[in-house]
Formats: sequence, structure tokens, C-alpha cells
Amino acid sequence: MSSHRFDMTRRAALMTSAAIAANVAFPQRSFAQETPRKGGVFTVHYGAEQRQLNPSLQASTGVYIIGGKIQEALVDLDANGQPVGVLAESWESSADGKTITFKLRQGVTWHDGKPFTSADVAFTAMEMWKKILNYGSTLQLFLTAVDTPDPHTAVFRYERPMPLSLLLRALPDLGYISAKHIYETGDIRANPANLAPVGTGPFKFVQYERGQHIIAERNPNYWRPNAPYLDRIIWRVVTDRAAASAQVEAGQIHYSPFSGLTISDSARLAKDKRYIVSTKGNEGNPRTNTVEFNFRRKELADIRVRQAIAHALNIPFFIENFLGDFAKLGVGPIPSVSRDFFPSDNGPQYAYDKARAAKLLDEAGYKAGAGGERFSLRLLPAPWGEDISLFATFIQQSLSEVGIKVEIVRNDGGGFLKQVYDEHAFDLASGWHQYRNDPAVSTTVWYRSGQPKGAPWTNQWGWTDPVIDTIIDNAATEVDPGKRKALYGDFVRRANAELPIWTPIEQLFLTVISARARNHSNTPRWGSSTWHDLWLAE
Amino acid sequence: MRILTLAGRRLAASIPTVLLILIGIFLLLQFAPGDTVDAMMAQMGGGDAATARELRKFYGLDLSVAAQLGNYLWRLVRFDLGFSSIYGKPVAAVIAERLPVTILLMTASLSFAFFFGLVLGVIAARGVNKWPDTVISTLGLIFYATPSFWFGLMAIVVFSIYLQWLPPGGFEDITTAKTGIWRTLDIAHHLVLPTLTLGFIFLAIYLRIMRASMLEVLNLDFVRTARAKGLDETGVVVRHVLRNAMLPMVTLIGLQAGTMLGGSVVVESVFSLPGLGRLAYESVIQRDLNTLLGIVFISALLVVAVNFLVDLLYARLDPRITSGV
Repeated sequence: MSSHRFDMTRRAALMTSAAIAANVAFPQRSFAQETPRKGGVFTVHYGAEQRQLNPSLQASTGVYIIGGKIQEALVDLDANGQPVGVLAESWESSADGKTITFKLRQGVTWHDGKPFTSADVAFTAMEMWKKILNYGSTLQLFLTAVDTPDPHTAVFRYERPMPLSLLLRALPDLGYISAKHIYETGDIRANPANLAPVGTGPFKFVQYERGQHIIAERNPNYWRPNAPYLDRIIWRVVTDRAAASAQVEAGQIHYSPFSGLTISDSARLAKDKRYIVSTKGNEGNPRTNTVEFNFRRKELADIRVRQAIAHALNIPFFIENFLGDFAKLGVGPIPSVSRDFFPSDNGPQYAYDKARAAKLLDEAGYKAGAGGERFSLRLLPAPWGEDISLFATFIQQSLSEVGIKVEIVRNDGGGFLKQVYDEHAFDLASGWHQYRNDPAVSTTVWYRSGQPKGAPWTNQWGWTDPVIDTIIDNAATEVDPGKRKALYGDFVRRANAELPIWTPIEQLFLTVISARARNHSNTPRWGSSTWHDLWLAE
Repeated sequence: MRILTLAGRRLAASIPTVLLILIGIFLLLQFAPGDTVDAMMAQMGGGDAATARELRKFYGLDLSVAAQLGNYLWRLVRFDLGFSSIYGKPVAAVIAERLPVTILLMTASLSFAFFFGLVLGVIAARGVNKWPDTVISTLGLIFYATPSFWFGLMAIVVFSIYLQWLPPGGFEDITTAKTGIWRTLDIAHHLVLPTLTLGFIFLAIYLRIMRASMLEVLNLDFVRTARAKGLDETGVVVRHVLRNAMLPMVTLIGLQAGTMLGGSVVVESVFSLPGLGRLAYESVIQRDLNTLLGIVFISALLVVAVNFLVDLLYARLDPRITSGV
């Protein structure tokens, strides 16, 4: 116990650095008087290599961080989090919400010189988004056809109403376009362009050396005038976090995105003038830490036990001592950074109250036996981040104080998904839920019943609730933005009351970037965006 | 030549061993929860069950374990290492890309450790229980006790961050394209720290062995005879003692070739080198069975080859081994 205390004080000392607070508050120093400089090589930390780099086939930050510079989406989010046209210039929806028309940008060419047309959009939507892209297949489930009346118009036809606001908020991630002429023959999954992407973006793919680096260079024919500024981007593959921070310090890496360094290294670098450490530019990729309950365990099927577990954890204490300024109290499945959907009333909350937890467990009929123990649970933490691992240990120690013995079972990524989402071999699981700007994209599947076994990050808890199912289904096809927001408010309150999953912590990814970089972190999903305006000062 | 038959027999004897190792690893990995599609889903950050099913079919994971193993061995007989699901190309090609880095690192570290181990061992033995021996033995103990990842990170902090003499990682400089001798020098520059990091532990072992075996040989009769003949001390050490004292050192090279492959996982991770060790680690995490088995197979061949060379060296150092006395 004493070593545990020591660990916490050490972390507390690291985290309370004033420098971090300063950088989080004023991450963008003022450079208004400077003129952008052409040229320079920007180097990026790349922590985990991907099997392919085409964002029309795989929705993940690991792919966007590279593919998002080479290929472009129909829309992106601007500095205020509002949809802004990229390959699409304008859009409109029919009154019934079943037809959505995109006017496409003219004069855009692929990196191989061929023109970009609506045929590319139709092909990508029908063959890639609808059939292969993760989350895309759910989003476009009711897409029946994409008509191309002329080369610069794409008309999406849906079987059921598709809320325009949902589509526009989903497309920055799920709306990347691939070239039809490159993918139309052969197996899309086995296409060599998946590892040597061809796009319309500001940077052209040059080389991928496995285990070493990926290189892209300036696209001289890019459609935005005067862009991009950089000559090259180099992604360096560095899997070891300590090695990555050493390379940042040695000047070999300018940018480590998505909390790629350890919390303690980030805190240390925040005190160095050569770097900016901040959560800015990641508002579009918020995540919550989750506690997932397996309803097949009779104890956990009892709401009083789930409430007791929530009351037994001192979340503010955990955040303050382990996560520092980078996290805050989570209040529900929709994070507070979601301007469009965060409800004014989140429903029941579960403040730290050990006595109440014990009382609830007594009421549920699980009285403390000999040695104070009531029952024992298996907890499976996901291996994605150090915070999850720390949180698992915190859950274990906190629950032992109310008489629930917790055994932690650690797995790597594949093992965790298999055991939790396919074999249901868990009592408690803990990981991240990543919110994608609209609850219909990847949030409601955590709560909607009837998810097929083996689908990761969906409702695999054995929990069914007709009320929440109806709310989710209605909200997904509601075209009136005001009514949609209200429905998601109902969804959040119901989720917090029934507690099939608890989302007690809300976090933003942490960016470590060279102070020489300009125009960075200026959109809510900046790490994934095109970087057409990024430049490096001398 | 007698030595060749000996080595050939050894090579033949190692085939069943390699086969057993492959089958063992194949079965062992079946116990790990999750397959390559689960690992892929983890990387993708989501996907539906139908996609997963389709992918499993694509990679032949819907077959029974016995059928998968049978397929694998049948391909191996035809010298086909299969297809890597992480890299999307043949395993042989993936390994061929990574092998040079690992062989370069291993050769450099082994040569470094062997050479300096030998020199320091001889110096320590000559000055046994005097100050050079004490200094060298203490240093050896420190090198041996230091974990290589810690040593690597400290070396980066000192030589890359503070002094800025050596690069903190990577195999070569990618910001400027170099060719010919400049590229060779650049790669050598990048390999200095990894070589030292991987080499120091082995250096410690070599110097202890060399010191002990020198001390032993120095007390043998033929050394006394050589001295009695009036040979000077350098002649005695170089011509009589060293040659005999080297035998255990050479044995160790054979044994350590395998250990070094294991140790290189850490060094390759710390210095971000694209070698075989890191590839093996990644294949386990990604459940890429074909790549992992391919690496095991190639490493086993590598160890067999090193031991074969050791046998040849043996014969040079001590002719009695081939004559079968």
C-alpha cells in the first residue's frame, strides 16, 4: 500500500506543473504578424503501423493521420466544429430526407492527373463505404443508390430519411473519396493502392518503408491556391513511447498526435519552450472511459449493484492524481465538447459515496461474508492506453473496500476484443468510447439491443431495453435537428438511469508539437485533417 | 572433408527440431485469445460482424486448426512461407526486407563484444588480482547487470539529446537521400548506439569467459614448456595460450546467436530499427501466424548456420576435433 501511495504522490507532482495549465489555456501563441514560409519537412510520430492507408476503407485515426493528407473527404469540420466543404462545395436535402444532393468542386484532379468526378463519389459510396468501411456500413445501411446526373453532381438516395446534419457530421470521418479508375477492377481489399494511396489531397504519396517511415511530398497541382506550404511530411514509425519522446527531444520528430507519448513525458515536455503540449485540435475526437457491465452475471443484472459500483469509485480523486489536467468528470455517453448534442440535463449522476454503495449492495442481498467479501468479479481492461490500465487498478482497489473482490485479466488488443465482444467472457470491462460528432455514428450501437455477436464496440452486455431501442431508432431517422437533439437528451438520461455502461471520465487526446509549427490544431480533428495550411517557422 | 559430413549430419538432425518448434508455436498461438481479424478490428477501431466473417474467410481462418496447420506445413514443403496478413505481401518478402538490418546489428554487436571481450579478458588475466583486473571485472559486472533497454535510453539521452553526436533512432537519415559510401557511413552512424547497447551484455560474458579460460590455460604444462624454451611472454600468450583459450569463446558465439535474436527485440524497439525482432513482436500482437512462423523458421536456419560456421572455426583452432581423437 505504501508504494501505491508513493506512486500517486509522484504522479501528482508531475501533473500539477503550471506549464501544462498555461499551455492548455493558451496553446496558440499569437503569430498573426508572420508570413507563412514555403518549404520544410514536417516529421510525425507514428506509433502503430496499419495494414492499409486508405481512409475510404478504414475509419481510424491511425489511417487519417497519413491517408487524410493524401486523400480528401467530401466535407471537413471548420474551427467552430461546423461542416465545411472540401471535395463537395454545397449540399441540400429533400424535405423527406430521402434525397441528399452534393455539388462537387470543379477542376480537381487525382494525383495521377485524371479528373475527379461524381463517378468517383458514386463508386466510393456504394462499393467502399457501404460494403467495407467500418461504421460506414452502418451509416449507409439505407443508401440505395448514388445518381450522377452530371460530372459535378452526386445525388444520394436513401430508403429511410437520412438527417442531413447526421450525414454532414459523419462525413469528415466516413466520407473520404477514392478514385474509381484505380479501384474498379479486382478485389478492393487487395488493391496495391491501399498501401500507396492516390488522392486529390495536398500531399502525394512517395514511399512506405515498413517499420521505418512513410513519406509524402507536396502536390504541385493542388486545388487550393498557395497550398500546401510544406515540401514533405515524414511519418516515423516509433512503437516505443520512451523512444518516441527521446526522438522528439532530439528534434527528429515535430509532432506526436493522439496521446502518443506517456503522460509523464508529455508533462515534462510541456515545461520546455520548444514544444507545445495541449488538447486543442482534438475536440472532434473526444473519448470517455467506460465501465461495461456483463448482464449475464446475475449480480450485475441488478441495477442496485451497478449503482453501488459507480458510487464506490472516487472519480475526481482518480482524475486529479492520475490524469491531471487532461481529463474531467464524465457525465454521460455524449461528451461535453459536443456542441450539437450535449444535453442540458444528463440525468442521474453517481457521486463517490462508499456508505451508500455498501447499503445498495446489502439491499440487493449481497451481504458481506467472512472477511468482508461479498462476491468477486473479473475485470478486463482494454490495452489501448496507460489511463485504462491505471483505472483498472483503481477499480480493483476501490471495489475491494466495499467487499467486491476484482481479478484483473489483461489481454492484448485482439485478445480483449475476442473475450469481451465475441465470447462475452468478462464481468466488467473497461476501455474507451470514442465519440464521432454525432451519436448515431458510433455511440448508440453501444446501447442498441440486437447487435450481432462478435461486433466490437457494440452492445454485447446482454442488455435489452425497448424504451432506449425506440429512442435510438427514432433519433437516427429524425430530420428535424431540434427534435433530434431532444431525443438524444432522452437517450442520455435513460442510459444514465439504467447504467448498462458507465462513462465516468471524459478525455481529449493530447498533442505534443514543435513550437515552430504554425496553423496547427486549428480544427477539431486537426490530426486527421489535410494540413494544407500547416507551415514551419525557421 | 570430414568436417562437412559432420556439419551435414547436424543440419539434417536439425530439421525435425525446426519442424517441432514450428508446430509447437502454431499450437501455442492457438491458445492466445483472438486471431488476426480480432487484432485487425482492434486497429480499425470498429467494424461489424459480417465484415469480420468475410475477413476470416479471406485469411483462411474459418478452417479447423488441423486443416490450417496441414495447409501451412504443405506450403512449407514447397518452400512457400505463406502470405502475411499485416503486410499484405508474401512472408518471404517481408522477412527479406527485415533480415539485413538484424544480421547487420547482430554481426556488429557480436564482433564488438567478441573483440573487446577478448582483449579485455586477456588484459584482466595477465594482470590477475591487480588493478586492471579489478577495473575490468567491475566494469564487466556493471555491463552484465544493466538492462539493455535502460542502457539504450540512457545512451540516447546522453549522446543524442545532450551531446547531439549520434542519432536517437532509425536505420538511416531519410530527410536527405544519400548514396554509396555516404549511405554506408550514415547507416554505420545510426548503428553505433544500438550495437553498443546490444553488445555490452555479451561483452561482459566474453570477457569473463576469456579471463577464466586464459587463467586456466596459463597454468597448463605446455605453457610452462614454452616459457622454458625461452619464448618471450607475448609469444607465449599469442601463439600458445590464446589459441587454446579461444575454444570456449567460439562455442559461446554459437549459443548466443539465438539469444541475440531475442535481445534484439528490445534494442530494435528502443532505436526504432526495422529488424526481425520487432517484426516478430508485432506479429504476435497482430496474431499474424504466417509471419511469426516464417521468422521462427528463418531464425532457426540462422542459428544452424552460425553453429555450422562455429564447427568450421573449431576445426581451425583445434585440429583434434576433425581427426576424431
